[in-house]
Amino acid sequence: MSFQILGIGILTWLTFLPVIGMLFLLLLPKKSADAVRWTSLVVTFLQVVLAALVYVYFSRSLGGINTVAGMQFVEKATWIDIKSVAWFGRVHIDYFMGIDGISGPMVLLTALISFVGIIASWNIEKAVKGYFALYLLLDTGMMGVFVALDFFLFYVFWEVMLLPMYFLIGIWGGPRREYAAIKFFLYTLFGSVLILLAMLALYFSSSVYIDPQTGVFLAAEAGRAMGITPIHSFNLIALMDPTNFTPGSLLAGIGTSSRYIAFIALFIGFAIKVPIFPFHTWLPDAHVEAPTAISVILAGVLLKMGTYGLLRVSIPIFPDAFRAYAIPLAILGVINILYGALAAMAQTDFKKLIAYSSISHMGIVVLGIAAMNTQGVSGAVFQMFNHGTITAMLFLIVGVIYDRAHTRGLNEFGGLANQMPKYTGVMSVAFFAALGLPGLSGFVSEAFSFLGAFAVFQTLTIIAALGIVLTAGYMLWTLQRVFLGTLPEKWKALPDINGRELAALVPLAVIVLFLGIYPSPMLNMMNASVNTLVKFVTPVTAAAALGF
Amino acid sequence: MNQGDLLLLTIAVWLLPLVGFVLLVFFNKRLPRQGDIIETGILGLGLAASLVILFAKLFSFPDAVISTSFTWVDFGNVPGVGHLPIKLGFMLDNLAAMMMVVVTVVSFLVHLFSIGYMKDDVRYGRYFAFLGLFTFSMLGIVISNNFFLTYVSWELVGLSSYLLIGHWYEKRSASNAGKKAFLVTRVGDIGMFIGILILYVNFHSFLFDDIFGAIAAGKLPYGSGGWLTAAGILVFIGAIGKSAQFPLHVWLPDAMEGPTPVSALIHAATMVAAGVYLVARLFAMFTADALLVIAYIGAVTAFIAATIAVAQNDIKKVLAYSTISQLGYMMLGLGVGAYTAGFFHLMTHAWFKAGLFLGSGSVIHAMQHALRHAGDHETDPQDIRNMGGLKKKMPLTYWTFVMFTLTISGVPLTSGFLSKDEVLAGSLAFGSLSGHWLLPLIGFGVAGLTAFYMFRLVILTFHGDHRVPHRLEHIHESPRVMTLPLVILAVISLFFFYSWNPFGASSGWVYRALPPPQSIVPVSQQPASLVAAGAEEHVAPSVVMAETMHRVHGTTMLLSLLVAGLGILVAFLAYQWRKLNPESVKQKIGPVYTFILNKWYFDELYQATFVAGTLKLANLFKWFDLTVIDGVVNGTASITRLFSWFSGRFDNIVVDGMVNGAGYVTGFFGLVFKKTQTGKVQTYLVFAVLGVVILFFVFR
Repeated sequence: MSFQILGIGILTWLTFLPVIGMLFLLLLPKKSADAVRWTSLVVTFLQVVLAALVYVYFSRSLGGINTVAGMQFVEKATWIDIKSVAWFGRVHIDYFMGIDGISGPMVLLTALISFVGIIASWNIEKAVKGYFALYLLLDTGMMGVFVALDFFLFYVFWEVMLLPMYFLIGIWGGPRREYAAIKFFLYTLFGSVLILLAMLALYFSSSVYIDPQTGVFLAAEAGRAMGITPIHSFNLIALMDPTNFTPGSLLAGIGTSSRYIAFIALFIGFAIKVPIFPFHTWLPDAHVEAPTAISVILAGVLLKMGTYGLLRVSIPIFPDAFRAYAIPLAILGVINILYGALAAMAQTDFKKLIAYSSISHMGIVVLGIAAMNTQGVSGAVFQMFNHGTITAMLFLIVGVIYDRAHTRGLNEFGGLANQMPKYTGVMSVAFFAALGLPGLSGFVSEAFSFLGAFAVFQTLTIIAALGIVLTAGYMLWTLQRVFLGTLPEKWKALPDINGRELAALVPLAVIVLFLGIYPSPMLNMMNASVNTLVKFVTPVTAAAALGF
Repeated sequence: MNQGDLLLLTIAVWLLPLVGFVLLVFFNKRLPRQGDIIETGILGLGLAASLVILFAKLFSFPDAVISTSFTWVDFGNVPGVGHLPIKLGFMLDNLAAMMMVVVTVVSFLVHLFSIGYMKDDVRYGRYFAFLGLFTFSMLGIVISNNFFLTYVSWELVGLSSYLLIGHWYEKRSASNAGKKAFLVTRVGDIGMFIGILILYVNFHSFLFDDIFGAIAAGKLPYGSGGWLTAAGILVFIGAIGKSAQFPLHVWLPDAMEGPTPVSALIHAATMVAAGVYLVARLFAMFTADALLVIAYIGAVTAFIAATIAVAQNDIKKVLAYSTISQLGYMMLGLGVGAYTAGFFHLMTHAWFKAGLFLGSGSVIHAMQHALRHAGDHETDPQDIRNMGGLKKKMPLTYWTFVMFTLTISGVPLTSGFLSKDEVLAGSLAFGSLSGHWLLPLIGFGVAGLTAFYMFRLVILTFHGDHRVPHRLEHIHESPRVMTLPLVILAVISLFFFYSWNPFGASSGWVYRALPPPQSIVPVSQQPASLVAAGAEEHVAPSVVMAETMHRVHGTTMLLSLLVAGLGILVAFLAYQWRKLNPESVKQKIGPVYTFILNKWYFDELYQATFVAGTLKLANLFKWFDLTVIDGVVNGTASITRLFSWFSGRFDNIVVDGMVNGAGYVTGFFGLVFKKTQTGKVQTYLVFAVLGVVILFFVFR
């Protein structure tokens, strides 16, 4: 279905609203910092409203994934169409957007976290206009990645997101901000190059038939029958169909080594973003140096782009390669879980600890995806959403204490529970959600991921389950070190959490609690797509043999 | 009242404490008396309703299992499976109804007691809020009809236990104890979680009904009985953690850092019994091997804990180890197949152990008061070596404490005698049928030890003279709100509440209400000795067990009276009449005494291996991350920069050198030939003539 506002599709609004806001913001006088803040807040709030509309009008029965008909809120227009470009032939790139049950939750998450991030950015005083302008640009980049269905468009948004992030860390960050920003930028760019190569290889291997009258894609056979000249395409959905590849081209066929290589290239590109061990070391640095709101965005949304890329691009386009690499992928997931948890345990910087806990929690997503059954993928996508909300809370919580004490040393605190009772209350929700306490959303998604994974990888899942104890270990230890015990003299004047900070945290806490008790509103959104994806990637016979 | 209403009432009893929790957490400062009356009132209502439920259940629907399920999550049309919902729900059978009464009775009395005990506490409202959260979670385990909700509630009781143990979190030992309790039980929970995964992956449901039905129909996990045993044992590992069984018992003694009423409610009567309840709930799906593991874990636990209890001097630590030991008894009972006895002991234990803890709370309360009065902050109010002679000052506490001690020691006319005897009879019967004689041996031995260390506790605390005589003047009996619960618990520890026959419970209502469930596992996996004994007449193993227990009942009674009497006698000889000198005994058994005094060094062992190992590994990974992985990343950057420096130099020197060189060369020639450009016509003429002359010679 399509949904238009003022004749423009809702996904375009969602994506470009922040840029409109940014342009408006740039017109504001430099001195009116408050006007800049309020503009950003209103823009991101409108984005949340739009996302809520998407949620309301979202059809729970459409599968999406590999069919255009299954996609929702589809917008498609020819973006670039050059009839003949030297030896390229006809270059045709679409402005193609649409969402399904995989991207839907991410759209909601992006809108929500961007809004919360603005609240958390309120106390930015340095170059306010620049900060919020870049922030809104970043918002557009993130949203675009989740709604794009054309690989080229996807890639453009992927890169758009990179630039503002670089400056947001590099200018508004902590003492080592330049190192962190460059590390983040180069690392991601390195991944982007691999994605670009795979994308181009896919493009030149594809041959897609377009009906000259209607402009829609045709099935390969029908196209041949009509005698149309095929063209190359970046259309993600077309690329998922093996018949849309030129026979004999680089990535044609099934299970060829060039396909495996392309899969690996894409995988590394996405793995850096997740991040998957051993490509993760940019994350702790970026987090530690980034200002609070940017950490929130980074952990809340950016990391999901990696696993989203796996689900949207790598796996459905290369199901053959994915099946061959499912076990290594699961192993990487388990390494992430345990390595992240153990490394987190050894940290003495509060923020770094949360950064490593993110690595651990994203490992669960990877494990669930590797299982590629309904429970596993549902769990993984749900975990992406939940990790977004929970980790956002955790970073906000670190921000609250850092703003007051100007230190994040875990061993410098103690006894804050009595000094800052409200803060401690909100913190408890986030901490216990992070350690997977039932009744809070993190548990449901972790449990489902494990359920799915256990059906396929018994031993690995059992090993991964050790992470449950490790996570509880470092979370409770942190809680004890910071909040319990007696208050050091120097923190006797710390004020409790204020209204603005609560305004950022409470909505997240409510969502975490609500989805922990009743996850169906989110799961129902995903189900049809998850099942479609599982069915598409794992033929039914294979699924049955695996126990499901 | 019809079945639906009954279930509705059950769910209401479950939810009410949650309402109280929410109210108190958010508004405790604004509520009158910080809301203690609200929570206590809710629990009073809950207790009344639970009693109604139990009576209605036993009288109107004694054999019914009332349950309801709802779809919690729907996975839609799952490839290869079809439509797949996750159903959850609630159930009410006799077991659940009785357990509800156990929980609400103890919880209500503990609430009542806490009003006195926790008076003027810094976080009074928060304390009651968490008691409410605990009761809600505990009742969740009781009425859940599926593994999922059980697991959820299981973790939530863990949370409330964590919060309440750490109630006085300013004390490092308290926050450590809470953390330890949560983590150690979570180790067990992993086992349970994996067990549940095995069952879910095979049966696509969490409902007990679905899973039991499938197993009964011959569908085994992965088609093998070994996996069924494994699933059973794994789920039982969860119970090992929660019910503080060996080797995960180490958290319970530390949990005594919590307020004493909490110890009574959570760490004696109810939460730690959740593991036993779970085993009883799933009894039918345990294979013979799994049951044997349960029995041995129970027996070993009972023994280890009893030996440790003998050497402890902290009143609550003695009771903590006694709890572990008694929980071992319950597991032993269930493991050998004395199902009813195991659960019956859970129930009687709940009364007498809650009573003992509340009694100790009354004592500690009085001691603290006296010590505060004397301005003494050094003396430990919980150390029984600082007590003595409290009998005269605290008669109600004393007499109820004696009553509970008699009950736990298994003296006739008490409920403890009835239940413990049945457990012992079960172990003896099982021993005689299967040849596992170690089980009854430990059972009877521990009975003797129990009687000994409990009477040692009573004598040292209440008898003789007070350690510091003048302190006794400031020792007072606790207020009524604290002694009333003691009296109630003492009264319901009498035998006639359970059976008119003081020497056998098998004719009582408990046995009628809780017949052992029929095993659903394949016959080949049921206890071979029991199957064989009934094979010719085709009698079910549970019936064989019941008959054998009946046969050995007389022997059991005599033996248990003998060991209990012996234990009591030795305690009196050593501590009351001073005929035996405990010090010289300690001297004589030197290393053994040190060993049990130090709790078999479990804490030290775990600290040195698991805790230290994990931290070492964590630090290793941190180092690896910073040095190796980031080394590679930064190394790549450095190498790239090095290359770029070289290529920069190359560019500057070689490439630019060539470019500039070309420039220089051109410039040089320019300089040279510049000389010829003099601008004088005569010179050009000379050059032209010279050129012509040269050309002439060349082309000649």
